[in-house]
Amino acid sequence: MKTATVQAVSVNNLRKSFGSLEVLKGVSLSANDGDVISILGASGSGKSTMLRCINMLEVPDSGEIRIGGEEIGIKRTRRGMEPADQSQVDRIRSRVAMVFQSFNLWSHMTVLENVIEAPIHVQKRPRAECIAEAEAILQKVGIVDKRNQYPSHLSGGQQQRAAIARALAMRPQVMLFDEPTSALDPELVGEVLRVMRALAEEGRTMLVVTHEMGFARDVSNRVIFLHQGMIEEEGPPSDVFGAPKSERFKQFISSHR
Amino acid sequence: MQQLSYFELIGFGPKGWGLALLVATGMTLAVALCGFLAGAVVGTLVAWAKLSRSMIARTFGDGYTTILRGIPDLLVIYLFYFGGSAALGAIGSLFGADGFIGVPAFVTGALAIGIVSGAYQAEVFRGAYQILNRGELEAARSVGMHRWLIFRRIIAPQVLRYAIPGLGNTWQLVLKESALISVTGLVELLRQSHIAAGSTRRPFDFYITAAILYLVITWVSTYLFQRAETYSLRGIRRAS
Amino acid sequence: MDLDFMWETLLQLLSGVPLTLNLAFTSVAFGAVLAMILALMRMSRVGILEAIAKAYVFVFRGTPLLVQIFLIYYGLGQFRPILQEWGLWAFFREPYWCAILALTLNTGAYASEIIRGGLQSVPNQQVEAAKACGMSGFLLFRRIVFPIAVRQALPAYGSEIILMVKATSLASIITMMEVTGLAAKLISQTFRAVEVFVVGGLIYLILNFAITRIIMAFEWWLSPHLRRPPAIEPRLEAAHV
Repeated sequence: MKTATVQAVSVNNLRKSFGSLEVLKGVSLSANDGDVISILGASGSGKSTMLRCINMLEVPDSGEIRIGGEEIGIKRTRRGMEPADQSQVDRIRSRVAMVFQSFNLWSHMTVLENVIEAPIHVQKRPRAECIAEAEAILQKVGIVDKRNQYPSHLSGGQQQRAAIARALAMRPQVMLFDEPTSALDPELVGEVLRVMRALAEEGRTMLVVTHEMGFARDVSNRVIFLHQGMIEEEGPPSDVFGAPKSERFKQFISSHR
Repeated sequence: MQQLSYFELIGFGPKGWGLALLVATGMTLAVALCGFLAGAVVGTLVAWAKLSRSMIARTFGDGYTTILRGIPDLLVIYLFYFGGSAALGAIGSLFGADGFIGVPAFVTGALAIGIVSGAYQAEVFRGAYQILNRGELEAARSVGMHRWLIFRRIIAPQVLRYAIPGLGNTWQLVLKESALISVTGLVELLRQSHIAAGSTRRPFDFYITAAILYLVITWVSTYLFQRAETYSLRGIRRAS
Repeated sequence: MDLDFMWETLLQLLSGVPLTLNLAFTSVAFGAVLAMILALMRMSRVGILEAIAKAYVFVFRGTPLLVQIFLIYYGLGQFRPILQEWGLWAFFREPYWCAILALTLNTGAYASEIIRGGLQSVPNQQVEAAKACGMSGFLLFRRIVFPIAVRQALPAYGSEIILMVKATSLASIITMMEVTGLAAKLISQTFRAVEVFVVGGLIYLILNFAITRIIMAFEWWLSPHLRRPPAIEPRLEAAHV
């Protein structure tokens, strides 16, 4: 008999429209601790939207989102759907870290300042502890020597690794990656993927929207394929890549080789 | 009639007006500074209104900047000086005082400058805010920062940096507007020159001196703002 | 808000509008000529001309307009004997001409920077294309550089015109009875500063609105190349072989 374990992330029947365009048509997904899920799909398939709903950067029109068992409340207002309790959202966001396609480092702060900003001001941890931990994390992602430089002086790959360090510094239970390598020059993609692979091997819970087939096949333990707002394929990489059921997914794989 | 040389006239000797002119220059700087700071407060509020989601706030903000930038500064100064005095006179008559009660010209002057400068500074702050990378704000939300924290730690520092060139321009405008306050009798640089000119029948000498002093203030201000701009942007390359 | 009073105020202040517009447009017109000269001096690459133009712009943009007005109206009185000898005193005695002179010198400085900006923003590729056709010198300037520069500078120049309309209010301080002068007189007589301010402000806002619209229409008229191409009519006659 299965004991009910609390899932790290549980998304149920998510729907989201932008104006008249329905982007998510009832998407469900769940992740246990340690899962590394790759989310694939063409542009416009809704994959980024789904990810952004998980930390409420987009608010779904309907559906349920649970982080660590706790449901995020949403309510309908004159302006549309909004979070019911902003402080709940803020609290949950400090446990769910996001890495963006365009890094989004705060340009007026050094790398180190970027990494310690949330731990100090949101999680209210002591400054000395945050700095020490930040330096260890920066060491781990390989840019500790850049810690006093400003983001504009770093290469794209270094900036993204700094962004990953910023996410790690929050001691997140779940990490969301929104096309983390799509904005990078090809020769810089590798250094970021290496860091992400190391995180996966550590046992972190990661949801990764990506076009990197190699990562999806070799590092993740589950792959999801979204097409026009619905999940068309789901399963371990060996199943999904070895015996794809949907025609569209077969086309997708071959065009992204 | 003994003719004083130019330098005796503006010097610090017994017949010299040098000290008076310098004090008046200080008054110019004081009223300009107070007006500028008042304008910064007003400008922040109006910029916030113009960027707001509420249509009422946006309309108010747009109306404010359109009106205050379209009306001559002199009219605004008259409004505050005579209007303020009339208001005080009305209040005073309640207590039995009669006639014209003048509001201190410094106060009405600084307020008038602040109200007008606020419209220009609002545009500067709004423009600076729009340079901000939306993604950085998203990142701040995604780590769980609440709105006031985001404003304090991410928005305000960057807006101030990007606003410095525009603020330098509005400061120059404020300096020039301070000369208009002389019509209310405040003894700033232009008024003092006017008094000295009338007293000595040497208007050209004194107005030229005033012009030179204004140029000095302008030049020093430009230098200071350029230094501030360089210092604030150290390490940050603006998107070119 | 006493509407009768405001109506009377409106009628009184409107009588100052012709003088306001007169001062504004006369000084803008003369100032434009001065600005053109200054801009060309600034870009002439002749050291002394450039220096004079730079100094001129620095002085006239760095000092308040009111100081410039006082210098001319009051300050030149110090040299009355000399001016009388040269027959210029009649000119400098009149507040109207002093105001025009001060406003012209002032707008000349600001407008020269606007024109210079316009000239410098003419895309170099278009100038090169003209040169490749054999254009040079004054022809190149007249047919290519100047027209493009004017279109680039028009928005900023429109703002400058609005600023000049506002600047005419300073003429009231040397006894000119344009709108602000009449307003000041009315306020000091009736002490009803708020109502007079509202009416006076309204007049200026309407003037600005009208001028802005005219400038926009002028811009539109000058830029058919930026508008949608006309629909192509099908030709009915056969093409000539």
